[in-house]
Amino acid sequence: MTENVQITLPSRIESVDEAAAAAELFAKDAGLADDMIFAIDLAVRESVANAVKHGNKFDESKAVEVSLAETAEGIEIKVRDYGSGFRPEDIPDPTDRENLLKANGRGILFMRSFMDEVEWTNADGGGLVVTMAKKR
Amino acid sequence: MADITITERQAGDVTILDLDGKVTIGEGSVALRGAIRRVLGEGKTKLLLNLGHVGYIDSSGIGELVSSFTAVNKEGGTLKLLNLTEKIQDLLAITKLLTVFDVYENEADALASF
Repeated sequence: MTENVQITLPSRIESVDEAAAAAELFAKDAGLADDMIFAIDLAVRESVANAVKHGNKFDESKAVEVSLAETAEGIEIKVRDYGSGFRPEDIPDPTDRENLLKANGRGILFMRSFMDEVEWTNADGGGLVVTMAKKR
Repeated sequence: MADITITERQAGDVTILDLDGKVTIGEGSVALRGAIRRVLGEGKTKLLLNLGHVGYIDSSGIGELVSSFTAVNKEGGTLKLLNLTEKIQDLLAITKLLTVFDVYENEADALASF
């Protein structure tokens, strides 16, 4: 099994690339296929971008924590922010006709489309954790 | 190294922007926005975005394609897409944006469509 990875990043856009690079390396070390590596990379990008923008609202005093773990079924990713949280069901469906030409709001759709499981929970001590699983 | 390089070519009255690199949150999306604003500012409103060498795009990049599309439409122009990679095609299908964009696999066909 590949050793678990935990990284703590500041709330800035550059952290998205940093987290994605770590996830890609982790997925390659775990011997995953290219399609799975793409899915994990994209899901980490979208979730970290959400944590930086919508969770911590670019407040660099608040961290984004990313953990990557190999499980019996595949890979589990957790991304935590220290923001005030949100309800995924409140996000409008970007594929509805009236939302098609909006510039934002597709990140959660990509996370759900490319990962097998995506779940949001309130973290102890505040903030939100998104837990995502990708099966082999 | 920059995330993306955008090169402009002219084919008659159609402006082709060849994108090479990543269109992701931050530099890549900002560069695309800047390029679209610049050509629109020069009065060029028939635009073809060649995405054949875009190795990666995220939701921010997809959003920037949509913003580009609406910005060009607002100026009375047309923006079309050329040479989608399989991954970009997948992402546009998931977001139902293949129903919005005019997409071509061949540059000559794309140019003839304007």
